[in-house]
Amino acid sequence: MRIGVVVFPDSNSDVDSLNALAVAGAEPVRLWHESPDLEGVSAVILPGGFSYGDYLRAGVIARFSPVMRGVSDFAARGGPVLGICNGFQVLAEARLVPGALLRNHSLRFAGKLVKIKPERLDSPFTKSGSGAAMRIPVAHGEGCYYLDEAGLDELERNGQVLWRYVREDGLPALDPDDPANPNGSLRAIAGVCNAAGNVAGLMPHPERMCEPILGRDDGLQIIASLVESARAWEAAR
Amino acid sequence: MSEFRYAVNVLPKPGILDPQGRAVEQSLPHLSVTNVSHVRVGRRVELTVTAEKEPDARAVVDGLAKELLSNPLIESNAVELLEGTSSVKSATKASARVKSR
Repeated sequence: MRIGVVVFPDSNSDVDSLNALAVAGAEPVRLWHESPDLEGVSAVILPGGFSYGDYLRAGVIARFSPVMRGVSDFAARGGPVLGICNGFQVLAEARLVPGALLRNHSLRFAGKLVKIKPERLDSPFTKSGSGAAMRIPVAHGEGCYYLDEAGLDELERNGQVLWRYVREDGLPALDPDDPANPNGSLRAIAGVCNAAGNVAGLMPHPERMCEPILGRDDGLQIIASLVESARAWEAAR
Repeated sequence: MSEFRYAVNVLPKPGILDPQGRAVEQSLPHLSVTNVSHVRVGRRVELTVTAEKEPDARAVVDGLAKELLSNPLIESNAVELLEGTSSVKSATKASARVKSR
């Protein structure tokens, strides 16, 4: 199963993502940002980092890069796309997932382990998971998920909230000042998907927590879900 | 062709938390300033558009303001034509400050 990882100028989680895909049993393929050709991959990861220096707004310049034309077409055909951290910001700027990522509530860069919990296990990005909370790292300055109230209500109704930051007791960290919510995200949202369900973004880094040698492998279930969904999408074509 | 210079002023929309504005506000007591509130921090982009007429140039800037320079979900934008900057575009850049017609 060939799965692409887009490399933007200043991507820094591309290698971790390529490695995580290999750990999950897929064949990782590097996709350069200057080409709209996705080389026939069956799923795409937009990795973390600082695409194009994150000038203007995080993710906005990357949105207009040639590779995003290919990614948009692929997404429109129902192909699975996962944006991680900066990749989430790119997807939000491209309006491929709803919402925007604002400067962290604390004004500080958040680099630490957090707990997130999947909201549902029937999505292409969570289906290989157990439903238990995962401990995985965040590393971002602009991760505060924002959408207006009506938009948030609609997300909840449609089941588009995929992961939330949770406290030690497993309940969502709804208070923006709660350290368990690393960026002040509204309704403790760590990741969402589009209405069709095949494009998702999340701020934490599952690809950095995919093997015991990295301390834990909690994030592997998200990468494994993506690989599984790529397989299903390929089979259905 | 003429050159038209614009400023695009981008601000976080009302109701959107503006942590930068809040940080500035929190620094005010250190300056013994107590009568300043509602600080909002945004961004100003200045650019020059070459076009036949001002409305054509304005359409380009309006498009960029919505599409690239601001995110309408979270930011408002205001486009302003900077005075005295529209000029005849000539082959030599040095004379580009001459007022048009």
